[in-house]
Amino acid sequence: MGNERHLRRVILKRKVINFLMLTLSSLTALYGLVWLFWILGDVFLNGFRFLSLQLFLNDPTPPGIEGGGLRHAFVGHFIITSLAALIGVPIGIGTGIFFAEYGRHSKIVKAFRNVTDVLVSFPSIVVGTFVYALMVKPLGHFSAISGSVSLAFLMIPVIAITTDEILKLVPNSLREAGYALGAHRWQVIKDISISAAKRGILTGVILGIARIAGETAPLLFTSFNNNFFSTDLTKPMASLTVTIFQYAMGPYEDWHRQAWAASLVLTFGTLLFFITAKAVVHGMRRST
Amino acid sequence: MKRKEELVEVLTGSTLGIFALAVGLLFPVSTLVVLIYESFPAIRKFGLIDFITGTTWDPVAEVFGALPALFGTLLVTFLASAVALPVSVGIAVFISELSPKRLKPIFSTAVELLGAIPSIIYGMWGLFVIAPLMADHVEPFLQETLGRVPLLGKLFEGAPTGVDALTASFVLSIMIIPFMSAIVKDAFEMTPELLKEAGYGLGATKWEVIKNVIIPYALPGIVGGMVLSVGRALGETMAVAFLTGNVHQIPKSLLEPLTTITVAIANEFTEADSDVYLASLYYLALILFILSFGLLMLAKFYLLERLGKRWGTKGI
Repeated sequence: MGNERHLRRVILKRKVINFLMLTLSSLTALYGLVWLFWILGDVFLNGFRFLSLQLFLNDPTPPGIEGGGLRHAFVGHFIITSLAALIGVPIGIGTGIFFAEYGRHSKIVKAFRNVTDVLVSFPSIVVGTFVYALMVKPLGHFSAISGSVSLAFLMIPVIAITTDEILKLVPNSLREAGYALGAHRWQVIKDISISAAKRGILTGVILGIARIAGETAPLLFTSFNNNFFSTDLTKPMASLTVTIFQYAMGPYEDWHRQAWAASLVLTFGTLLFFITAKAVVHGMRRST
Repeated sequence: MKRKEELVEVLTGSTLGIFALAVGLLFPVSTLVVLIYESFPAIRKFGLIDFITGTTWDPVAEVFGALPALFGTLLVTFLASAVALPVSVGIAVFISELSPKRLKPIFSTAVELLGAIPSIIYGMWGLFVIAPLMADHVEPFLQETLGRVPLLGKLFEGAPTGVDALTASFVLSIMIIPFMSAIVKDAFEMTPELLKEAGYGLGATKWEVIKNVIIPYALPGIVGGMVLSVGRALGETMAVAFLTGNVHQIPKSLLEPLTTITVAIANEFTEADSDVYLASLYYLALILFILSFGLLMLAKFYLLERLGKRWGTKGI
C-alpha cells in the first residue's frame, strides 16, 4: 500500500509543478501585455490631451514661448518618408524579383539574399553615418534628400526579402504554363509571377514604410532638423521623430506637450500601416 | 518585334541584377569601406588595442577610448536580453500552448503591435514615465532591500536618478520582448503535433510536454531568436538615447549613468569639432558594424541554417 501512496505523491507533485509552471508562463504573457497597454495608454491619453488643430497648422514659435505647432515637422516627415519610398520601393521590389526569379539556383545570389536578410536588422544609426560621409560631408551641409536616401537603405532589405519570399510561393507550374505559350522571361515575371503575388508584395511595401516611418537615428545627421517650414530638398528639413527627440529632451513644458501629441500621431500612423499590412495578408489568405 | 522583346529581356534582367548586386554586396561592403576610411585618423592615432581598452573620452584633449561605450553597449544589451529571454519563452508558451484557440490571433497581434511601436516612443515614454518612477520608488526600494545585501548591494549604490543602466536596460528589454517572443513562438509552432501527442499519450502533463518535447525541439530556434534579438539590441539607439545620460564612464553600479556606442554617436556626431573626434565616432560605428553584423551572420548562417535542415528533413 505504501507503493500506491508514493505513486500518488509523485502524481500530485507533477500536477503541482505543472500548475505552477503554466501559471508562471501565463503571468509572463500578462507582463508583456501590461507594458503594451501601459505605453499605448500613456501615448493616447497624453497625446489626446495635447492634440489640437494648431499643432498641424502652425509653425513653431521661438523656444520658450507658448503656442506654435509642428506643421514644419509633419510636412517634412511626409516629404522625407515619401521620397524614401519613391527610391526604396522600386529597388526593393526589383531586388526581391531578382532573388526569386533569376537567382534561385545560384549560390552567389543566395549569399546576396542572406546578406540582405541580415541587413533587415542592421543598426540604423550606422546607415546614418554612412550616408553622412557620402552625401553630407562632400556637400558641406545637411539635406532632406540625404535623410530620404538613408531611410531608403533601411527599407530596401525589408521589401526585397518579403518580395522574394512571396514570389517563391508562386507555383512553378504557373510559370511553366507561361513559357509553354512562348512567353519571354520578363513577360512571365510581369504577367504571371508578379500578378499572382501582388498582394504579398504590397504587404512588403507597407511593412517597409512602417519600418522607416518611425525611424529617428539615421535622420539625426542627414536631414538633421529645421525650426522653420521648408520644402527645399537640398536644405535641412525637420522630421517628426527628430523633433520629438529634440522637444522631449528640451527643458520646456510646452515642448513636452507637443512631443506627446506628435508621438500620438506617429504611433497611430505606424500602427495603422502595420494593421493594414496584416489586413492585406489576411485578405490574401482568404482569397486563396 | 523580335529584337525589341529581346532588348526588353536583357534590359530588365540586367537592371534587376544590378539592384541585387547593389543591395546584397555593394551596400554592406561600401559601408564597411567608408567606415574604415572615415575612422582612419583615429585608427592611426590610437590603434586597435589602445582604442578598445582606453577609458578616457576627452574631446578637449582629443584623447578617445572606446571602453566605456563598448562596455555600456554590452552591459545594457546583456541585461535587457537576460530579462527578455525568460519572458519571451513564457509568452511563446502561453500563446502557442495555453491560450484558447480563439484568443490566439489576438494575443499574437498584440505582441506584434508592441514590436511595431517606433523605438523613439519607447525612449520618450521611458524618460517621462519610467525614469521618474524608477527614481522615486523602484530604485530607493531596491536600495532598501537588495542594497543591504553584502556584495550585491554594491550594484545599487549611488543616487537614484532614474537615468542609468538599470532604466535603460529595462526599457530596452521591453522593446526586444516582442521580437524575441515572435521568433520563439514560430519555433514552438514548428513542433509536429505527432510528437506532442506521443508525449500526452505517455501520460505527460502539459508542462512535461513543453519541457521535454517542445523546448528541446525548438531549441535552435530559441537560440537563433535570442542571438538575432541581441544583434538588434546592440544597434538600438533611440530607446536608450534618453535614458543613459551619455556619460563616458564605466558605471560602478547599476544606478550610475553610462553611455553606449549608439548613444555616443547620436549625441556627439553633429557636435564633433575636430577630425580625430569625428573619426573616433566613426571608429565606434565601425566596431558596432562588426559586432552586430558578425552576430547576425552567426545567427543566420549557423543557427537558422541548422534549424532549416532539421525541420526540412524531419518533415512537418
